[in-house]
Amino acid sequence: MSATTAIPTQADAPARAGAAAPATIEIRGLHKVYKIGEERVHALRDVDLTIRRNEFVAIMGASGSGKSTLMNILGCLDGATKGAYVLNGRPTHKMGMGRLARVRNEEIGFIFQSFELLPRASALKNVMLPMLYSAKHLFSARRRAKRSLEMVGLADRMGHKPNQLSGGQRQRVAVARALVNDPALLLADEPTGNLDSKTTVEIIDLFRELHASGQTIVIVTHEEDVAGHAERIVRLRDGEVMSDYPTNDDPVHQDWIERMASGQGSRLEAARDETASVEGAEA
Amino acid sequence: MNPFRIFFAPLVFILRLCVQTAFLAIGQIFSRFVRSSLTMFGIIIGVAVVIGTIGGLTGMKGFVLKEFETFGARKMFMWGYVPEDMRTTVSWSDVKLTTYEANIILERAPSIEKLSPICSMRMDANYDGKLVRGVDVSGIWPDWHDIEDRQMIFGRPFSRIDIEENRQVCFVNAAAVDEMKLDTDPTGDYLQLGGRRFLIVGLVETKDLQFMGNGGDAQSEVFIPFETHKMMNPYTWTNFLLQMTDPEQAADAEASIRFILRKHRNLDPEAEDTFQIRMLQSVIEQFNVMANGITLVASIIVGFTLLVGGVGIMNIMLASVSERTREIGLRKAVGAQPLVVLLQFLIEAVVLCVVGGAIGVLIGMGIVTLLRQLVSWMSEAAVPPGWIILAFGACGFCGVVSGMFPAIKAASLNPINALRHE
Ligand SMILES: Nc1ncnc2c1ncn2[C@@H]1O[C@H](COP(=O)(O)OP(=O)(O)OP(=O)(O)O)[C@@H](O)[C@H]1O
Ligand SMILES: [Mg+2]
Repeated sequence: MSATTAIPTQADAPARAGAAAPATIEIRGLHKVYKIGEERVHALRDVDLTIRRNEFVAIMGASGSGKSTLMNILGCLDGATKGAYVLNGRPTHKMGMGRLARVRNEEIGFIFQSFELLPRASALKNVMLPMLYSAKHLFSARRRAKRSLEMVGLADRMGHKPNQLSGGQRQRVAVARALVNDPALLLADEPTGNLDSKTTVEIIDLFRELHASGQTIVIVTHEEDVAGHAERIVRLRDGEVMSDYPTNDDPVHQDWIERMASGQGSRLEAARDETASVEGAEA
Repeated sequence: MNPFRIFFAPLVFILRLCVQTAFLAIGQIFSRFVRSSLTMFGIIIGVAVVIGTIGGLTGMKGFVLKEFETFGARKMFMWGYVPEDMRTTVSWSDVKLTTYEANIILERAPSIEKLSPICSMRMDANYDGKLVRGVDVSGIWPDWHDIEDRQMIFGRPFSRIDIEENRQVCFVNAAAVDEMKLDTDPTGDYLQLGGRRFLIVGLVETKDLQFMGNGGDAQSEVFIPFETHKMMNPYTWTNFLLQMTDPEQAADAEASIRFILRKHRNLDPEAEDTFQIRMLQSVIEQFNVMANGITLVASIIVGFTLLVGGVGIMNIMLASVSERTREIGLRKAVGAQPLVVLLQFLIEAVVLCVVGGAIGVLIGMGIVTLLRQLVSWMSEAAVPPGWIILAFGACGFCGVVSGMFPAIKAASLNPINALRHE
């Protein structure tokens, strides 16, 4: 099935955003069909997508358009029904369960909307979890986990259990966990979906820093202002790629910016102003 | 990375995984303490009962063997016997053992080293004008001391001359001294037995047997030379008391005695023996058969308890897998290999079973200790280490078997479906 799908090589890949960086993700002719009894749901139809190293991509689309389905396949959490997915030059669609587990462990950091932390374990133990399943950082697991937590600004919360942390802090623990094995790819499915505007700003700023330091990031979001921080916006509709533009060229996003400028002001801008004024008052 | 680390990393990785998984499993057991206890209940009770039974059996075996030891494992008995189909033609007096037969057995059976004929009768004894009725008087040969392992406390045993000349000499035991109010050392006194005057040559020790033979308070006993006894009471019944060179020689000894006596008594090849032979060896064998029977029953109980307990463990593991589907999904999402997830649940089931088994073993050992302390003749009650190892092994096996299916179920879950599970 997938073997017949031609995968363009580095040379004939279209130069996008002026970048000639190697492709981290290459997807060709991807289909995902869910079967519920007799009924078939075509969640993804013939998706082609290339994401290069150090890109920051937002995936958007209406509810049910297939964003999560695509993310799960990108994260090797689920297999495609048809099509090819090459991650860092390696064809994941040909891998078995064991190899996929290894890929998830070493190459992918996945952040869930609902954090998915182990409730009984401390923040540190949660961050160490991926290293439990790899022989790679056997002798440095604790040190790496600490460094990762310091990076997301939770140096003083390492011993806390998830129920002793705020939503934003929990999501930062999840980010620390996703980053602890130095993944080639950071995936986040609506990472700010369960957060208020203020903590959303914290998480987005964290993503921007990571991106600045060279991390490849793909996030799913409903919010235009979150997507605005990405370099590129891929829009899905009914399981198909509807549009794929750099953020500055995306007509829908530009529309939205104009609307914001002419009135209401965005949720996140408001939150940022508020924080600034509080900090100003304290100073 | 230095070479040392590269070499040991995989080893340490697997070891760490197992240790952490075991701790995780123990944590699980304690965090659901009531549920775990109920789950383990079957295994605990089963193992405790079996360990208790085996311990008790060991105590009983030790006791019986010790009794036999005291009694003499090399000892044999024989007596004349009329088989059913000869009852009309042969009388009991025809088959009575004779001293001649005693001598040819001693002469020709190399595996028999000692022999004493015994005849015994109740006689009236008279000492110093006081009459004691119905005292047990036995006629013996000097070999009797070694076979019964009862030596003289005071005085001397019978001599060759006592036997050959049918002398009227006797010795007594402590109970007889008490009953007839003899001196503490009665040597040199005279005793009237059946109207004859006997010189008391000594005092013989009394064997303390709790279990078999003359238990409880020892009876008064008086011993006189076999020939003297025969002369006084020619019609008394005669038994032989024999001693083999070695308990291992039992079969050999029996065969040679049969050969010698059958030849001497001119028995047809198809005729039955006109005598019977019994030895302790066969009693021990009978006891061993019984003990093995009990052990077998105990093993069957173990089997059934582990089966029932295993079903309980499997049930709880299945519940655990569906309760923790989300957690399994997460672990898989961050890269847990299917094999590792399988191992985790397998170790959990094994830990559950082995912890149950350990508690069972402890309770069982408690019962055995109690037995040892409270029941006097159970002083040797103990649980053989082999049985403890066996109990743990069986529990571990039970854990693997009952954990396998739930573990496979957990390992084959698709990560995203598991994460979506509510
Ligand atoms: N496990 C599943 N079984 C059957 N159908 C599914 C399954 N998961 C998703 N679908 C269907 O696939 C389609 C795409 O779902 P998906 O979750 O990818 O949408 P989404 O874009 O993430 O939506 P939302 O923004 O609400 O999260 C939907 O029609 C959904 O009903
Ligand atoms: Mg979704």
